[in-house]
Amino acid sequence: MSLTLLNVIVAVVIAIAFAAANAAYLVWAERRGAARIQRRPGPNINGPFGLLQPPLDGIKLMTKQLMIPGGADKILFMVAPVLAMAPAIMSFVTIPFSQGIAAHNMEIGVLMIFAFASMGAMATLFAGWGSRNKYAVMASVRAVSQNVSYEIPMLITAITVVMATGSMDLKTISLAQAGGFWHWNIFPSLHSPLMPISFIIFFICSLAETNRAPFDLGEAESELVAGFHTEYGSMGFGLFFMGEYANIVVGASLTTILFLGGWDCPFGIFPGVWWFLLKIYILIATFIWIRWTFPRTTIYGLLNLSWKILIPISLFNLLLTAGLLKVF
Amino acid sequence: MSAPIQLRPDETFILNVGPQHPATHGVLRVKMEMDGEYIVKSETVLGYIHRMHEKMGENRTYAQYLPNLSRLDYLGALGYTHGHVLAIERAAGIEVPERAEYIRAITVELNRVASHLFWFGAFVMDLGGFSPLMYAIQDREHILDMLEAVTGARLTYCYYRFGGLYNDVDDDFIEAARRFIPRMRKSLKKYAALVTGNIIFQKRLEGIAPVSAEMCRKYGATGPVARGSGINFDVRKNEPYSVYPEFDFDIPVYHECDSMARYKVRMDEMEQSLRIIEQGLEKLPAGPIMAEKKPKNIKLPVGDFYQAVETARGSFGIRIVSDGDKNAYRLKLRSPTYSNMHLFDEACEGMLIMDALAFMGSLDLVIPEMDR
Repeated sequence: MSLTLLNVIVAVVIAIAFAAANAAYLVWAERRGAARIQRRPGPNINGPFGLLQPPLDGIKLMTKQLMIPGGADKILFMVAPVLAMAPAIMSFVTIPFSQGIAAHNMEIGVLMIFAFASMGAMATLFAGWGSRNKYAVMASVRAVSQNVSYEIPMLITAITVVMATGSMDLKTISLAQAGGFWHWNIFPSLHSPLMPISFIIFFICSLAETNRAPFDLGEAESELVAGFHTEYGSMGFGLFFMGEYANIVVGASLTTILFLGGWDCPFGIFPGVWWFLLKIYILIATFIWIRWTFPRTTIYGLLNLSWKILIPISLFNLLLTAGLLKVF
Repeated sequence: MSAPIQLRPDETFILNVGPQHPATHGVLRVKMEMDGEYIVKSETVLGYIHRMHEKMGENRTYAQYLPNLSRLDYLGALGYTHGHVLAIERAAGIEVPERAEYIRAITVELNRVASHLFWFGAFVMDLGGFSPLMYAIQDREHILDMLEAVTGARLTYCYYRFGGLYNDVDDDFIEAARRFIPRMRKSLKKYAALVTGNIIFQKRLEGIAPVSAEMCRKYGATGPVARGSGINFDVRKNEPYSVYPEFDFDIPVYHECDSMARYKVRMDEMEQSLRIIEQGLEKLPAGPIMAEKKPKNIKLPVGDFYQAVETARGSFGIRIVSDGDKNAYRLKLRSPTYSNMHLFDEACEGMLIMDALAFMGSLDLVIPEMDR
């Protein structure tokens, strides 16, 4: 009994540590990457290659006072940052990093991650509404409508993969793709010939779900000052920031598991956690690259993309896969 | 304070954009009445950094007033000082040596390219793309270095004097300017590929924020804003001054009237400015840079003098009413952004806030120049 409890505690601590370390060092990686793209050095003063920047930033944020604006809804204001960070960490619990490395394998892993991902929208809404700031309210309304409209194509695409592999268990989905890159879901198979398109849809949706540029309408800094976290300082802001990066890691992990074979090696040698990490960091690097290249879309352009293009295509793909599964 | 916000379905709310807001690029306040994300009515509130430059012009002698002009528009300052010295020279009848006028034209055009480059970066940043700003600043840095070497300042130049220049250009400057032109052309190609061709960028600008030629005339808009609306007016061509008639250059005009047209006008203008610089360096005559016969204390004859010049933002006019004293009786500055800004209230009605702020970016506002 106590051993199980210990196991759970260790797993949770590792999940939190992984999420926090990733969040902290992805900020550094993003700043260095952006600097490289923009031909400037970026953070390079503190420690070798500026590697001490994230802990120092953390200390700075933690020592600042958390100001609650007058007229704000105190409870919502305090709850929102926690709600932004906690679901992201919880999602890590079910992600299998390799055959043996997973905090807790669940048969409904896909469902659980999507359930937690939806809670992120709630954090945004609470933050915007609780701050009593017009910019924050506008931004959170935008972010919520964006999250709702992008969850639909994302879920439909995930269902397509689940149907093709016949399982909602992330580990089973990964194992089904084992044995070289031609087995991966990203490549068209007999049952689902439109898989590459599904991958692109899923990737776009995970960009939109994590409120990343070019879909960062929730924190459009040139219009809405800082969006839903305008009124946040100190660690309240820090948690939003870390939550964003943790969500990116979750999104990249999910994309890797559903489409890129999880921990499978493209050539069938040494499958293991390193391949998984390599794949998610390549995806994250792509996220960063996209963010520093494209301008922001408009809100109507964003919603049109989802409702008029992504949802019809993913629905068609779902029906096609369902039909082919029935036939063959 | 903590009274609950009561919203009725038909209610609009007031959104204060500024005086501290990242999109206004300065202390400008726009009071917007919003219906959700749509703007119902907007009202521009100016005056946060009014420094009484016109009044200063009446209290100072003409020479003492020289540095003030470059404090109007810190991005394209040379154009404004050019207008001032031209006005005084014409009124006082001072002959300027040809070399000085050529150098003035070259430096003004360099400054125009620098100003447009910064606008380009800031405009794309308004649209959410951050990286082009860094590229633009890097190109602009070359110009600032060149101008620093000859004028001694990086932004707020006081380079032109009545009757000539403070300092002659050296071979290093000419060499640097020659090297700069092909480099800048390469950069312009890169910007076209990176930004102009971007589908998100095009979607955000094309057909957005139409400003008719009618509206431009109504508010007195000039410069790239008017040329983006199909008005072919450029002071350099229509009321030639300095040595501009000697140069072969085109005035880019677009008839689409949208934000994209204003963007394209400025991007094309950079190329035209490069052409002027190229020809100027080619034709640059030798000779003195300062007029020989020049009174020590300039006193203008009694009268009313006006000089317009084309700055990076549009047509800048300076009107000097003189009563024969050593300082002006009345001095009036007509700054282009002041007129261009006033389009905004009428044009942005019914627009989404994000389009309106992109439109504001396309007007190329420099707040100290508006609130002079």
